[in-house]
Amino acid sequence: MSETNNFDYRIPLQNGLIAGVVALSVSVIGMVTLLAQRYLIAGWLTLGQVILFMAPAAMSYLAAGKAPQNNRGIALIYGFLTGLISALPLVALILLNEVIDLRQFLPNVSPALIEILTFGRGTVAGSLFLIIVTSVLGLVAAGLYLLPDRIRRPIFSGLIWTFFFGMFSEILSDRLRTFFGTDFAKLIIESKALRPVVAVTIFIVTASLSVLWSRRGDKVKGRMAKMDTKSQNRMRYGLIIFGITLMLILPLLLGTYLSEVMNMILIFALMGFGLNIVVGFAGLLDLGYVAFFAIGAYTMGVLTSTGDLGVAGMSFWLAIPICVAVSMLGGLLLGMPVLRMRGDYLAIVTLGFGEIIRILVLSDLLKPYIGGAQGLLKINKPVIVGIPLIKPDQFYYVALAGCLIAAFISYRLSQARLGRQWMAIREDEDVAEAMGIRLVNTKLLAFAIGAAFAGLAGAIFASKLTSIFPHSFNLLISINVLCMIIVGGMGSLPGVILGALALVGLPELLREFAEFRLLMYGIVLIVMMLAKPEGLWPSAIRKRELHVHDNEDYEDYPEAMAPRAETRDPGLEGPSHL
Amino acid sequence: MAMLEVQDIHAYYGNIQALNGISLTVEEGEIVTLIGANGAGKTSTLRTISGLLPPRKGKITLEGEDLLKYKAHEIVYKRVAMVPEGRGIFARLTVAENLDMGAFSRDDKDGIEEDRERVYELFPRMKERITQVAGTLSGGEQQMLATGRALMTHPRLLLMDEPSMGLAPVLVESIFETIQEINKEGTTILLVEQNATMALSVADRGYVVQTGEIVLHDTAANLQQNEMVQKAYLGID
Repeated sequence: MSETNNFDYRIPLQNGLIAGVVALSVSVIGMVTLLAQRYLIAGWLTLGQVILFMAPAAMSYLAAGKAPQNNRGIALIYGFLTGLISALPLVALILLNEVIDLRQFLPNVSPALIEILTFGRGTVAGSLFLIIVTSVLGLVAAGLYLLPDRIRRPIFSGLIWTFFFGMFSEILSDRLRTFFGTDFAKLIIESKALRPVVAVTIFIVTASLSVLWSRRGDKVKGRMAKMDTKSQNRMRYGLIIFGITLMLILPLLLGTYLSEVMNMILIFALMGFGLNIVVGFAGLLDLGYVAFFAIGAYTMGVLTSTGDLGVAGMSFWLAIPICVAVSMLGGLLLGMPVLRMRGDYLAIVTLGFGEIIRILVLSDLLKPYIGGAQGLLKINKPVIVGIPLIKPDQFYYVALAGCLIAAFISYRLSQARLGRQWMAIREDEDVAEAMGIRLVNTKLLAFAIGAAFAGLAGAIFASKLTSIFPHSFNLLISINVLCMIIVGGMGSLPGVILGALALVGLPELLREFAEFRLLMYGIVLIVMMLAKPEGLWPSAIRKRELHVHDNEDYEDYPEAMAPRAETRDPGLEGPSHL
Repeated sequence: MAMLEVQDIHAYYGNIQALNGISLTVEEGEIVTLIGANGAGKTSTLRTISGLLPPRKGKITLEGEDLLKYKAHEIVYKRVAMVPEGRGIFARLTVAENLDMGAFSRDDKDGIEEDRERVYELFPRMKERITQVAGTLSGGEQQMLATGRALMTHPRLLLMDEPSMGLAPVLVESIFETIQEINKEGTTILLVEQNATMALSVADRGYVVQTGEIVLHDTAANLQQNEMVQKAYLGID
């Protein structure tokens, strides 16, 4: 693109229209109205407003970035105009709604929405006010862009943290009440939202912490790197002990509701560890992963149920190894015929397998044994030294144990010879084979171990709910787990946890907005792929792949920067098979 | 007895016939080259020898032992190594990790270290770039790495598929010099090439492949003089 020093009207027009259309869309689908019921800052700001104005602010920020360099005036004008233009579709909606009743076509264009859009100031004054708000917002966003990095970064982290606390203020208030009493909670939270003073305090504190870290962080890191291995190890062990203690007392801090959420996160993380071995380590795309989850759950159900369908009435602990073994067997049985396929074909076949299991579970054929659509009831809860683990904050320890075991096994495998075999297969099957790696066996092992983890997750899940139904084991679970490891970072173990927190924990906490869950999911995935395709916490190798052409890789090799006669690209392309 | 004997190999991709009765022999210590146009079946021949493409008909023996009863991952234990076309390096692993993968089939630590030193001697550039990610290497360096990785299996017979592909002329020459050097140290080489001029200049003998068949076989020197070869592959009218 040619860099000119001129004002280009197309940039604010384009950005503004995109922002306007996005804002219009979230309004007419009813998102703004619904989310407006949740205040972030009492009396000031609702979640609906944040969603509404997110696009104008973001597009203004981007527009400012497209301005000619060193021309702050144009950048600010771009931001201002982008904001202004982005309000126009909304204003059109407001005015049109005056003329005809839009509700017959767009049921969500309610008086409540118009009230939000016009800030309750009537049609004309409200529209003008809306334009002023977005324009100023655009100007501010452009200004933010122009600020130097060391000022901008703290502001961003302050905003993000304040938003975070605001979003979860209801839970925060509940926790504060438990620990410090109702009076203190009321001091911080007012009718489920942060008090303005508190919001400002949070912003200032988090922003200053960010400044402090950017100034001192490198020094601290440097000091840690300088320490000898002994004290580094001591520090590492200290951290591990701290982490374990934290995990052990977590249910006490979280209370019943959050423990329940945490249990779901742990069960999904456990599945994530399994799929991470299959997809992340060995590179086999499995879309029917839920099948093994179902096999584990139903095995647990049949073995331990005390209802009509239970056959053995076993204890939870006795049934667990059987569940794991049965799912592992399922993994091997599915794996044998399909693992000779590659890539997309494998994905389709596994997808089919997932559906087969779900339909089998629903079928009349198996109804006498596993209950069909009526499900399997009265599944046993685990019992430790005579205490049944019934409450979520007790059951938490079972889920945690499963998760820790899976994490530990995953970590050891990734460091072992088997891990290297998987890595080689993922990179290039033919070459791996030519290096002496047995393709089928290695892939089968990945499949079986992955299936075992899913079976364990299923067994724990069944015992947690004490009743299971076929509809709990649909395709969405497979997709959900896959998204988790993509968002977290393929092949990365901390990434699995982050992915579970983000894609299982957050939607659970935002249950009241469940109808927009899939929409948000899609948006999050698209944004992730555009902005951070390697995931939130990428594994070292994955990071290399996606930044393979970054110049930083060449820093140690200045001569490599010299122009080359030969091409450099073939290394990243797949092998040619013919 | 010839080191490698390929007799009347027929191979297919699905229903498409790729090889239509290829026969060739490689004697110990030789450099033998297969030349031919795109799609003639050169790569497919190498793939049948390395076990990646099992033939429907025919016989392959290594020092009298039937090779076809082994799977691709077992061939490496017969000390036959392949440098795949398009280099086929593990792009996300470092140079050192790629070489480690080459030694995957072995557990003799001393031998591995010896071979690693040998690779670094042959390709000093690889030593300079031990920690670099393979995908960021230049084309020529990737070819060196792929060759070095194959040498890490400690092969007696090295199958090389188009080592000159996509490289600048200067680099092509140095790659062929290396091939000769590897051969002098005692490794037999079967070389598939489109660059017939270079291939025939280093090889002892050559086979010309056309549409899945061997149409000509002679010493490299004679092939260079052959009118048909000159016209079709050497660009001499």
